[in-house]
Amino acid sequence: MPWPWRRLARNRLSFAALGAILVVTVAALLAPWLAPYDPDEPDAAAALASISVRHPLGTDLYGRDQLSRLIHAGRVDLLVALSATAIALTLGATLGAGAGYRGGWVDHLVMRGVDAVMAFPAFILALAITAALGNSTANVVAAIALTHVPIYTRLIRGEMLKARETEYAEAARTVGNRPHQIVLYHLFPNCVPPLIVQATLAMGFAILTVAALSFIGLGIQPPQSEWGQMTAEGAGYVVSGEWWLVLFPGLAIMLTVLAFNLVGDTLRDLLDPRMRGVR
Amino acid sequence: MSELLQVHNLTVHFATEDGLVEAVDSVSFSVRPREILGVVGESGSGKSVTAHALLRLIRPPGRIVRGEIRFEGADLLALPEEQMGEVRGARIALVFQSPRTALNPVLTVGGQIARLYELHQHVSRAEAWRRTIEMLTLVGIAEPARRARQYAHQLSGGMCQRVMIAMAIASSPRLLIADEPTTGLDVSIAAQILDLLRGLGRRTGASIVLITHDLGLVAEACDRVAVMHAGQLVEIADVRTLFKRPLHPYTQALVRSIPRIDREVAMEPIPGAVPSLLAPAPGCRYADRCARVLPVCRLERPMLRAAEVNHEVACHAVEVDSGAAVR
Amino acid sequence: MGFGRYVLHRLLLVAPTLFGVTLISFTLVYVLPGNPALVKAGSLATPEHVAAIERQMGLDRPIHVQYWRYLTGLLRADLGESSSTGRPVLEDFRQRVPATLELTLASLLVAAAIGIPLGVLSAVHRDTALDHASRLLGVGGVAMPSFWTGLLLLYVFFYLLGVAPPPLGRIAADVRPPTRLTGLYVIDAALTGHGTALLSALHHLMLPALTLGFAVMAPLTRMVRATMLEILESDYVKAAWAAGLPRRRVIYGDALRNALIPVITLLGVIFGFLMAGNVVVEMVFAWPGLGHYAVTSLVTKDAGPIQSFVLFVAVMYVLVNLTVDLLYGLADPRIRLR
Repeated sequence: MPWPWRRLARNRLSFAALGAILVVTVAALLAPWLAPYDPDEPDAAAALASISVRHPLGTDLYGRDQLSRLIHAGRVDLLVALSATAIALTLGATLGAGAGYRGGWVDHLVMRGVDAVMAFPAFILALAITAALGNSTANVVAAIALTHVPIYTRLIRGEMLKARETEYAEAARTVGNRPHQIVLYHLFPNCVPPLIVQATLAMGFAILTVAALSFIGLGIQPPQSEWGQMTAEGAGYVVSGEWWLVLFPGLAIMLTVLAFNLVGDTLRDLLDPRMRGVR
Repeated sequence: MSELLQVHNLTVHFATEDGLVEAVDSVSFSVRPREILGVVGESGSGKSVTAHALLRLIRPPGRIVRGEIRFEGADLLALPEEQMGEVRGARIALVFQSPRTALNPVLTVGGQIARLYELHQHVSRAEAWRRTIEMLTLVGIAEPARRARQYAHQLSGGMCQRVMIAMAIASSPRLLIADEPTTGLDVSIAAQILDLLRGLGRRTGASIVLITHDLGLVAEACDRVAVMHAGQLVEIADVRTLFKRPLHPYTQALVRSIPRIDREVAMEPIPGAVPSLLAPAPGCRYADRCARVLPVCRLERPMLRAAEVNHEVACHAVEVDSGAAVR
Repeated sequence: MGFGRYVLHRLLLVAPTLFGVTLISFTLVYVLPGNPALVKAGSLATPEHVAAIERQMGLDRPIHVQYWRYLTGLLRADLGESSSTGRPVLEDFRQRVPATLELTLASLLVAAAIGIPLGVLSAVHRDTALDHASRLLGVGGVAMPSFWTGLLLLYVFFYLLGVAPPPLGRIAADVRPPTRLTGLYVIDAALTGHGTALLSALHHLMLPALTLGFAVMAPLTRMVRATMLEILESDYVKAAWAAGLPRRRVIYGDALRNALIPVITLLGVIFGFLMAGNVVVEMVFAWPGLGHYAVTSLVTKDAGPIQSFVLFVAVMYVLVNLTVDLLYGLADPRIRLR
């Protein structure tokens, strides 16, 4: 398929989004060197100060620099989202491939499981799982991953069902390839584009979920900072006018999620015209 | 002005992502009262676009670039939209290509016809419904009262087509445009539909423009025929003349490609394909497929000129043949 | 008849899903750390006392027995007790459901009243400034965490402009709540003619409903726009126009009516978003609903409320989706009259 340069070039917004993701990732990776202050270092003299040259994003109750905390928090958000998405993808794809390829009772069982999980709104389920397992970063990752598994399972199963019936697969079987070889080498490559699209979009959801969980007190615990948690800390001050504690973490969340969504949408347009809805 | 409809230099362009598509290029023809004019051409020749343009149904990214459409003494392209609304459906009606998709799936078919009576003839709902049932009987639908309360998906393809025709002639239009009315229908049903159309034309005195790619249909039903290729009108003549003495190379090729059962002939498909209408080359658009192409063909677009009575052709080769006498 | 089968089919699908839901929700609490008996007994209780309570609560039995007890309890509408409030969970629920219901309905109203017209206008005036603005809003809105939206709205309308009340609940502290008929303050106040309560309730409902409504508006607008665009290109819209119906009538009559039918199916999904959003929004505005209840129970590791809340939400979600499916079947004649 010829690379649609014209459409790509017109999508300057998506390029900007891609750039934003790179910036956030790099900032997260280089956090210890990039952050101007130690995120946990209190400074009573500069407590609850608004934005200034010294503290571009202000300080909190303990005088901690918000910019530094924001950068370090970004690490957590990205890491959680990335791990959760990776785990969900692997687990979901395997389940979906097995269900789609085998068919029969395996397929039936897996799909009933998927239906049961999808009967819960994703956030509620993540909340319940985190509550059940306990408040730790690993548990939040597991919770988010579990709620995302059905999406990938359905996706891969669908692709498997389609691909299984093609002559391509038939040919591979007659040549004598064993089932798992057929699945991995022949059928799977078709699934990759929609997987990438879905995973990119899922990153956004994952970040929103971990932020919301931390906001209500589950998941990431202090002293580790996270964007949602930072917003929660600042929530009490909004009514007395200290806006910077709430604005910047939330903005960070929004811009990052927006960036992932834009890139995901563009990827969807580029990689699979069939999936493209009416623009 | 004995003509019912006169079209001059109608040109329609579409601005797409990939560029400007010149779908209809300076098409001129006329329709006489009480006649059936066939418009033939391959897919993509601009037949449907022309039909839609007649009713000013072209919407962005399409645009009627220039032209004149004289109907009942007025230029339709110059009318304000409100008045055009009075022409549509009431004076000129269009029967769409695929009947099932042209009917609203969530409204009863009777309801869709009845509201047109209310709109154009200003009658009450009850009266409109009565006329609807009458009309459904006229177009040959059995159990019209029951069918009127049904939805499009409950009717067969042939029935949907009849409903569409009923919608079109509800207000006795003077001109009926039928866009591929028989495509997708069984041969026997198609014959019935054709009979229906002809009968209605005779009864109401309306003229019919029959758009089709089926030459057999044209031979059977039409009085005159216009041939289109790649958005250009290449030949127009009365039906007998067109089949007996086609002058334009494209028409000749079309006529030759009709399979015959009365004698053995080699099947002769037309070489090449319809050229892209995206930024087309100047000159005649048949040039690349034409056996009689001349250098001038690629430079200058041939004008439609009378070759004999009731027979116009747009072709440089034909002009050369006939010498200066044509002018 | 075809529709009867459609209904039956949908109902049959629901049963195993509900079963799976109870299974998952039971598993979650079975895994919950901490001993519910210990929480109930209090930290000063003796080990014997705790053991006695364990036996009483059936915690010493094998898993499948416990699950059976749980399931039968559900059918008896016994949701256990809340260790923190000391009351049966069902009671707490009954008290708090109206608050969540009121917020959910108000948010849905906000989302529909703004989202649907926006989607329609966006489609009709495609690629104009309005369209681009609304799509931008949609894309941006989806990325905004609802707690942030709520807090920003609080800052602007409460702190800066002073037009919104402090985030302390459903009604001003010095106003008496209206007589409880439905539990929805706005409706009850209107029905009993209690003017001050009506105004106060509306005043307090304003920001939370805007926040949650905005959070779920984006998918609605997007779908309305996409459906309208598709329909505007359809043959039957063109045919109606060709038959002489004025364009305005074709768009806002035929096209809109056809477009709203698939939107019904979206309501089920939106309900899911609303329930999820409720949890967060109720925390931001101290709204005394189910979400607030669930979160505060989580902090004290109170098993009963959490489990019941999650189960309740899931069951409601399944039932709402079922209802939506059936409504859609009724609305679309292609399904109603197979």
